[in-house]
Amino acid sequence: MRKSPLIALVVALAAAGVAPFFLTNYHVFQLTLVMVYSIALLGLNMLTGYNGQISLGHGAFYAIGAYCTAILMDHYGVPYWATLPVAGAVCLLVGFLFGLPALRLEGLYLALATFALGVSLPQLLKYHHLEEWTGGVQGITISKPDPPFGLPLDQDQWLYFFTLAVMLLMFAIAWNLLRGRVGLAMRAIRDQHVAAEAMGVNSALYKSLTFGVSAMFTGIAGALGAIAIQFVAPDSFDIFLSIIFLVGIVIGGLASIPGAIYGALFIQFVPNIADEISKAAPWAIFGLFLIGFVYAMPMGVAGAIRMAAARLQRRKPSP
Amino acid sequence: MDAFLHQVLAGLATGGIYASLALALVMIYQATHHVNFAQGAMGMCCTYVAWSLINAGMPYWAAFVLTVLIAFVFGVLIERLVIRPVENSPILAVVVVFIALLVIITSITGWIYSYTIKTFPSPFPDQIGLGRYMSPHQVGAIGVTLVVLLLLYLFFRFTPLGLAMRAAAQNPESSRLVGIRVGWMLALGWGLAAAIGSVAGIMIAPSVYLDPNMMAGVLLYAFAAALVGGIDNPAGAVFGGFLVGVLENVLGAYVIGNELKLAVALVLIVGVLVVRPSGFFGKVHVTRV
Amino acid sequence: MKFKLVTITALLAAAFASPAALAKDPVGIAGKEILLGNINPYSGPASAYGTIGRAIAAYFKKVNDEGGVNGRMLNMVSYDDSYSPPKTVEMARKLVEQDNVLLIFQSLGTPPNTAIQKYMNAKKVPQLFVATGATKWNDPKHFPWTMGWQPNYQTEARIYAADILKNHPNAKIAILYQNDDYGKDYVKGFKDGLGAKASSMIVKEASYEVTDPTVDSQMAQLQASGADTFFNVTTPKFAAQAIRKAWDSGWKPVHYLNNVSASIGSVITPAGKDKSVGIITTAYFKDPDDPEWKNDKAVLDWVAFMKKYYPEGNLHDGSNMYGYTVAQTMVQVIKQCGNDLSRANVMKQAANLKNFEIPTLLPGIKINTSPTDFAPIESVQLAKFDGNTWVRYGAVMGK
Repeated sequence: MRKSPLIALVVALAAAGVAPFFLTNYHVFQLTLVMVYSIALLGLNMLTGYNGQISLGHGAFYAIGAYCTAILMDHYGVPYWATLPVAGAVCLLVGFLFGLPALRLEGLYLALATFALGVSLPQLLKYHHLEEWTGGVQGITISKPDPPFGLPLDQDQWLYFFTLAVMLLMFAIAWNLLRGRVGLAMRAIRDQHVAAEAMGVNSALYKSLTFGVSAMFTGIAGALGAIAIQFVAPDSFDIFLSIIFLVGIVIGGLASIPGAIYGALFIQFVPNIADEISKAAPWAIFGLFLIGFVYAMPMGVAGAIRMAAARLQRRKPSP
Repeated sequence: MDAFLHQVLAGLATGGIYASLALALVMIYQATHHVNFAQGAMGMCCTYVAWSLINAGMPYWAAFVLTVLIAFVFGVLIERLVIRPVENSPILAVVVVFIALLVIITSITGWIYSYTIKTFPSPFPDQIGLGRYMSPHQVGAIGVTLVVLLLLYLFFRFTPLGLAMRAAAQNPESSRLVGIRVGWMLALGWGLAAAIGSVAGIMIAPSVYLDPNMMAGVLLYAFAAALVGGIDNPAGAVFGGFLVGVLENVLGAYVIGNELKLAVALVLIVGVLVVRPSGFFGKVHVTRV
Repeated sequence: MKFKLVTITALLAAAFASPAALAKDPVGIAGKEILLGNINPYSGPASAYGTIGRAIAAYFKKVNDEGGVNGRMLNMVSYDDSYSPPKTVEMARKLVEQDNVLLIFQSLGTPPNTAIQKYMNAKKVPQLFVATGATKWNDPKHFPWTMGWQPNYQTEARIYAADILKNHPNAKIAILYQNDDYGKDYVKGFKDGLGAKASSMIVKEASYEVTDPTVDSQMAQLQASGADTFFNVTTPKFAAQAIRKAWDSGWKPVHYLNNVSASIGSVITPAGKDKSVGIITTAYFKDPDDPEWKNDKAVLDWVAFMKKYYPEGNLHDGSNMYGYTVAQTMVQVIKQCGNDLSRANVMKQAANLKNFEIPTLLPGIKINTSPTDFAPIESVQLAKFDGNTWVRYGAVMGK
């Protein structure tokens, strides 16, 4: 890595590390949600940004992860941290299985199939034969974990650090995956899949695997989200969640890892800002923000930053 | 048997609703190669305009015609002012603009008109009903959808303007070389789609009652219907709409129960697409490498 | 690249630009002002109920114009949660931890309220008069800081069941219900009310989703079952569709309509008054479109209030009458608190409403609470639609 991004990263990490001690619990809670969403968006970005498979239903994987955690914690008393790998594994499998028939679908058709998944999952969660597990329409309430080893933190702060640790781990995995051969193959499939196959890339395998891994990331985010909110119900995971995830990666920047963070900041805070600006039609204000961002930064915030940085580099005399 | 017939006819009635919005989706796709997620909201908003006109005393058909014209202008304006700036952006950025339009239009309409349901009159006489299976309005609405379909077909097949629009969507560069004003073709396409959407809204409102979220549930089914019938085939879209409507009803009543019919209907549709990726009547696109 | 850092910081700063926490007064009180919190769905699938929050805010404005409560002004901070429980949690935390409100009042919806119930009780913040009829809010032993307000769904459903057992003991019943907590709560109460006869009397149940465009298919299924009695558990839009479809299909069952959708303005008129003759419901407040109350002082006062303080509100929407009525309950609690506006006292006074009457409630219906009774309104009265008005009959039932 070049030197300046490394410095920026270290500074950001340091800031993130001390933030909970200077902010109110409410803000710490909000930042925890931002981190949860950034993991979810990273998952979606892998599939849509890096691999070109559009998904309008990623909220479904978020929901599956959340319910895994809730069911394990509530019915079986599994400790919260142990539910994350299970949620991840379940979503990896479901995502992969969904990705297999989806291989035949491109563009619009895949969009419809994923849209269908996102729309029908709440109905499945309410299905009365599954009620015993899912709590049906009433949902499941879970408790927030206490800090371990008697650390002098309160619950919100502990959850923040726990989420931060998971986020760093997931981002590191993604970064490693995407800059290596796998990432190259994914992008090749996105840009020119016929040429990629001609070069020996097993398109079918990579596409399904990407679906699985992407679902895994978003599922783990869902699990963390469930712990933070302490409640899961079918109403929490409607189609609008999937749509807002898509909005998040586009605003943040497609095919960009930091883009996931920018996108998460946008989807967490801009609706609140819109609500403060106008009580009468807050979503209209949100829509205007969306249009404004897309006009000003068609490649997302990450894209705009990249372009601005490149322009500045060009101004510097070459060594 | 009687119950089954009732379900099928009720399915055709609901299917008619999906078909009319699906037509608008196909229209916008044929003109721009984009699927406009705000199509339903635009149609809903124009229906409110019609409602205001009728409430102010205008006779039904006058309000109908005026609304369609207003919708056309509305569509053209949206294309010129909102969509133009992002024409060359990545496709997902355009999708986000559609989503933004959807929330803006729904939110502002809700603010102006409130969210309480409103009745919308039906112009169809009582005699044309199908007894207890289908109300006069439902029969009339299907008729209107078929008329719109016919007009669309004639427009695209037999008029030079229709040909120019299809050309502009399929091959903008070559069209420009031949002298077609591609930008205006896109605007025209948006205008027509908005007009069709407003007709859809006016036909749907009497059955489901008018409220800002009226089209939200319909949009998914219309989208599915358009794809199942072939996204570039208006007749296919209408067929798809009826198919989806009947399928949903029959599944819910006889196969899987109401609690899962949404999921199962969608699974079946996706299944069809996996087997026939271009839908029933769509053109299969062969790309040369 | 400092740009990333700068951008993130800028976004964060913008996000946290919010009103500073209030000063040293007891929580939620700032000098002469009482800060109340509210969470309502102003957007999303339940946005039709957003008008309740606006009606309440308008009523508080009226109270302030008339001098406030015990000399203090009421300031309500209301946030939108789009009926999404995660958002409700976030807004509740914002109200409690950032805005320092005294209490949260009339938050709407069962899942949203379930999501914040544990938090509110842990933080010991009153969660008062929640806008849902679920039965679970009357549990002072486990949740001493949470209280409902309206008659609960199961009680209402049991009244219909009792009516059927008494007047139509051989009925074949069909049920249409919304597939969510509200719908299922009603169905449970109904089946409990029918007791052992439930499985033999109920011949068909059909559910629908809020996202369904119509309920025509479900109505056709119910009609085909041969039922002669119909329990209609739907929200206003679908209730109107169901009433009309039953008429169009020539199905004329004994029709019990849940009171969430009993508004003449929002449901009966759109469906068609002539098509709604004979429908039975229960009522607890005065329907503003009912000719019976045309010259009633309480309703006329309400109309005047709407015209002055909430002119953009719909005079045919029963939700606006509901909001006006529940706001008066809140004002009464604050009044009873006198000068002790601690959260504990607020809760104590909320559990100490004795025969409190509000003019817009039906005659005979009074609000009563006690430390073991967290259900303010438990009485309702049966009413039947005669083509013009809801004719109430029988006794006021419940406590």
